[in-house]
Amino acid sequence: MSLFLAVELDGAGAHPAAWRASGAAPAAVILPGPLREIVTAAEEGGFTLATFADSPVPPSIGVDIAGRLEAVGRAAFVSTTTSRIGLAPSVPTATTEPFHLAAQIASLDHASRGRAAWVVEGSDSAELATVGTDGPPGEAAEVVAVVRALWDSWEDDAVIKDVATGRYLDPDKVHHVDFVGSSFSVKGPLITPRPPQGQPVVLAADTLGVAADIALVSGQDRLRERADAARDTGAGLVFAEVEVVLDAHRPAASRLADLNRATPWTTRRTRYTGSAEGLVALLADLAGTFDGVRLHPAVLAVDLPLLVEQVLPALDIPARGDTLRASLGLVKPTNRFEGSTR
Amino acid sequence: MTEPRLHLGVFYTGVGQQYAWSDPGNADHTTIDTFVQIAHTLERGLFDAFFLGEGLRVRENRGQVLATDVAGRPDAITQLAALAGATTHIGLVATQNATYNFPADLARRLATLDLLSDGRAGWNVVTTDNAWTGENFRRGGWLAHDRRYERATQFVEAAKAIWSSWADDAIVGTDSWARAGSIRAVERHTDLVELTVVPTVPRSRQCRPVLFQSGDSPGGRDLAARHADVVFSANTEYEKALSYAEDLRNRLASYGRSPDSLRILPGAGVVLGATDAEATERAEWLHREQINPQRAIGFLEQYWGKDLSAYDPDGPLPDIEPDEGELDPSRGTISIANRTGKLDRIRQWRELAEDKNLSIRELVLAIHPRERIFVGTPARIADEWAHYVRTRAVDGFNLTPHRLPGTIDDVVNLLVPELQERGVYRTHYEGTTLREHLDLPPIS
Repeated sequence: MSLFLAVELDGAGAHPAAWRASGAAPAAVILPGPLREIVTAAEEGGFTLATFADSPVPPSIGVDIAGRLEAVGRAAFVSTTTSRIGLAPSVPTATTEPFHLAAQIASLDHASRGRAAWVVEGSDSAELATVGTDGPPGEAAEVVAVVRALWDSWEDDAVIKDVATGRYLDPDKVHHVDFVGSSFSVKGPLITPRPPQGQPVVLAADTLGVAADIALVSGQDRLRERADAARDTGAGLVFAEVEVVLDAHRPAASRLADLNRATPWTTRRTRYTGSAEGLVALLADLAGTFDGVRLHPAVLAVDLPLLVEQVLPALDIPARGDTLRASLGLVKPTNRFEGSTR
Repeated sequence: MTEPRLHLGVFYTGVGQQYAWSDPGNADHTTIDTFVQIAHTLERGLFDAFFLGEGLRVRENRGQVLATDVAGRPDAITQLAALAGATTHIGLVATQNATYNFPADLARRLATLDLLSDGRAGWNVVTTDNAWTGENFRRGGWLAHDRRYERATQFVEAAKAIWSSWADDAIVGTDSWARAGSIRAVERHTDLVELTVVPTVPRSRQCRPVLFQSGDSPGGRDLAARHADVVFSANTEYEKALSYAEDLRNRLASYGRSPDSLRILPGAGVVLGATDAEATERAEWLHREQINPQRAIGFLEQYWGKDLSAYDPDGPLPDIEPDEGELDPSRGTISIANRTGKLDRIRQWRELAEDKNLSIRELVLAIHPRERIFVGTPARIADEWAHYVRTRAVDGFNLTPHRLPGTIDDVVNLLVPELQERGVYRTHYEGTTLREHLDLPPIS
């Protein structure tokens, strides 16, 4: 059974203490060179999609990594040096203007020639304080809705360059979106023409309640039920979230124990600790329930090469297409404004 | 003191009527390939900066998107981050709005671009007061016109605090990743900026993004004198440039800044030719292309507030009376001086057209504000620019291309060698950061 594989590439790895075990200078996590190398490694290894976790506040306010570059910037930076892998920055819905967010992801899609995606994130109170609000916005679904409408605000064939009539574009094919939400409205159209994929791929946790192309499911309980529920609410694909610590120069369990002595790793995700063969078996098992898996390597410098050398070759990973949607078998959606002259 | 040198940037608005899009030699305006190609040409020409414009609402004409001009552009910081990965020297400057952004968010995106490019980022600070643009944003048209520079000043001060929140030796990687106490939280509770954030991006090789400022109003000049590293002015004519430079240097002194801490780069177009006559002919073609028949009608429609498509652009002015309402803001920025009194202006145009027997198009060609274009042979323009820079009227120019990549190819291939011959232009990049390219003093 085939399985799509995404990989999370933030910082030194998913474990908060990963920087202690990566064998690189601590500042490597905020430098462009190492970023380019890690994304290239993931692309060459065969991953369908790379994700870049982010937040407007530091990953750690304790002893671990306090620095992080903004994720759309990171994804855009590698867009011109990669050619097949999908690029999915995390962007919260509350701390960037929805209009800017739509333009940023659309621009990433143009720069990467159709490989952009967006991991939708909610915000906690510290994150909301960066934009001077304290109440929970409770409007992630509205932001996703308006961003999707803005991506459609230019039809694909809006630019006509008709010298005879002096028209660069056909004004009937560029549309106001006239979005009215509970606490904000957006007129449109977007400043950026329709992205090559039409709709860049939207990823979101199934618990976030937004219209996603890929629902991300964390945890160990009721997995099949949750996958089915996500599909029922419109997700084209459902991915499981899996943390990975592999046997390397030392057994995975003792690597993890060392890392956890520095900083305990507490998350709600499924965690696999063990041999590459065991992970292959787990992924084959998950393929019965999920369309794909997003892997969270504990230490990128150690676990990513092992995944590339020992795990991906043993799996049935679908060949990548010209765009991320094509790689994922998702069709380019019809523009909602097609035929409308508004 | 060494001879002053000319600094060149390209101001790539990406949209608008200055682009002669009907010229088949133009590259596609949306594809990343065009941007990469231009950036590489600029690096070959040893330019300081590649500069992206901003417009946060697509221009319209009577409720529909304006059809006659190039429209559609990327988010500037995203596009420049992509270019950071494809270039090595060129400065990357994003025009970004201080009215319709969250300060902590924008400061972080710019700092990210600065790190990704290893110290080549710049921010051209602009403001917008019109509620029409605000319709695309959460707060709508929230900011009164006369407060936009107060907001911008508070915004820039918040950004500077965010950019200096990390000690230079913060990252240690011993017991902890960062040294305890080496990263300061930033809180601003001023009347127009409210934020609390622990910043996540350290200082870059040039410390922080270079600040550009382009407003020409007293508020804009004051913001420039207080905070900007570069002004992107509209004062391109020699005499205006001289008095503008003097005014700004006086303002600098009142904020305790040295005259060398600010570069003045006015916007300018360039049309080159093998002879002056050929260049003049090209410039005339360009002007008539920029005010083609459809654009002439569109220009009047903005003032009339009515459909004038039935009128012949080569015939007399419309015989119907204009709408008495406000001037339609949707065609884009209209200078403050031109926002009111439209009926008077139309009356003057009628008189002018009658006096001189002008058609609609001839009238618009005559009255439409014409951008400052240097026209001539490369040698003539190089002489002129050398004079500008040697007399400190300007430190350089921000060039606005009319054809892409044609204008830029011409400047790099024909004009840059002439400037180098005159000793007013670099022959290689001495530094790596945008700040170094601009010969600005280091930030302490």
